Amino acid sequence: MLSLQINDMIAIIDYGMGNIHSIKKALENCGAKTLVTNKAQDIRKCNKVVLPGVGAFADAMHELRKRGLVVALREHITDQKIFLGICLGMQLLFQESEEAPDVKGLGLLKGSVIKFKARPKYPVPQIGWNQLKIKLKVKSQKSKECPLLKDIPNGAYVYFCHSYYPLPADKKVNAASCAYGVNFAAVAWKDNIYGTQFHPEKSQEIGMQMLKNFVNL
Amino acid sequence: MLTKRIIPCLDIKDSRVVKGVKFLQLKDAGDPVEVARAYDAEGADELVFLDITASYENRKTLTDLVERIAVNIFTPFTVGGGIRDIEDIRGLLNAGADKISINTAAVSKPELIRQAAGKFGSQCIVVAIDAKRVEMTRPVGREDVGRGTSHERRTTNDERRYKWEVFIHGGRTPTGLDAVLWAKDAARLGAGEILLTSMDYDGTKDGYDIELTKAVSRAVNIPVIASGGAGNPEHFYQVFSRTKATAALAASIFHYQEYSIKQVKEYLLGKGIPVRL
Repeated sequence: MLSLQINDMIAIIDYGMGNIHSIKKALENCGAKTLVTNKAQDIRKCNKVVLPGVGAFADAMHELRKRGLVVALREHITDQKIFLGICLGMQLLFQESEEAPDVKGLGLLKGSVIKFKARPKYPVPQIGWNQLKIKLKVKSQKSKECPLLKDIPNGAYVYFCHSYYPLPADKKVNAASCAYGVNFAAVAWKDNIYGTQFHPEKSQEIGMQMLKNFVNL
Repeated sequence: MLTKRIIPCLDIKDSRVVKGVKFLQLKDAGDPVEVARAYDAEGADELVFLDITASYENRKTLTDLVERIAVNIFTPFTVGGGIRDIEDIRGLLNAGADKISINTAAVSKPELIRQAAGKFGSQCIVVAIDAKRVEMTRPVGREDVGRGTSHERRTTNDERRYKWEVFIHGGRTPTGLDAVLWAKDAARLGAGEILLTSMDYDGTKDGYDIELTKAVSRAVNIPVIASGGAGNPEHFYQVFSRTKATAALAASIFHYQEYSIKQVKEYLLGKGIPVRL
């Protein structure tokens, strides 16, 4: 531990919203050093942060606030350091959610989080493997391809388990969409901010490739 | 397009995989992590681990096993068996389970479904229903304890002479509950998914109970996993083409390598059922 530069580490935020074992192990398999933490000072020291999470939007914001992490996460992003939100961790990036109309999200991406309307062909939650429609040319980004999606084929299957989906106000943020009755943003990307509505750590080889891409950013 | 899921089920007893017929006659089928790893490589869409020991002393062993699975297997998995309260659910989710399946506790304390869904989100709360066909003419013993008193009329409309009764305690205890109505209640309380096992077909390899699966999957707007009876790829095709089930669970046909998951998926794809290959 002493010989490690903490900067080399990826901070995985453990704020009581679901397990972090799988994402930790998956990142380590991709060659990363990880630091599981709920402390703001650790976030400040790391160049990359992963915010996982399953559960309710309001609870998650409450848990982040309670641990004094909201400011640290905002600073991390405004300092141009790299951020990856997974599932609920992605939804928290937005301004608000239908799940908790009175609770503000982190507001780092403009837009809101919407509940799927249950229809006979589309039971809610969406649970299972669905395909990514990758937008290869995202305008006004430095590179054309979202770096997280490097070497990911269009139509690749990833694992979803969710009742809500993000609706970015800026369509350019949507780097890959997925169709489930509606088209929604499965991958959000804006500069140093990445979010996946699906679980890369549960998406076998495809997910592992994305996490490798993240580690190599 | 969201694909239909093929889910191998691993019944766990004393940290070993076992398989019985109609909930009896247990045979050893290997180490859970090794079996899971093999299924992972074959392209299982998810895994289900049902702990059938489920004694109090066994809790810690199960938690350890779940942790071991979570760091070795990068496929989503559900854990069930003997889960009684919010703390059990929290413990297993924290150990790395993606979803938790509750059965007996959900029947004896339906409020647990609401609590758990509120705390951890519907998407990780699976309600498992073990259902057995009963003739309508035969007295079931008890009425549906205040839930959906109209079941007599409904089943008559469907021109069925039977209904499906919910059993708990690993299939040993009848509850008097109608499986279709209980599934609706569970969904209303916040269950994110129904794992529906036909006790009549389980272990028979005669195919899934199409009527049961059809009735339940039509009654709810959450995903339904069909379970019990898979013996060949055609059975998977039947349940996906004739019911609204979004996933099919099977144990022995995969355990004893009668068919691989890949063979089942190739068969389904050939018949136009969307699967991930």
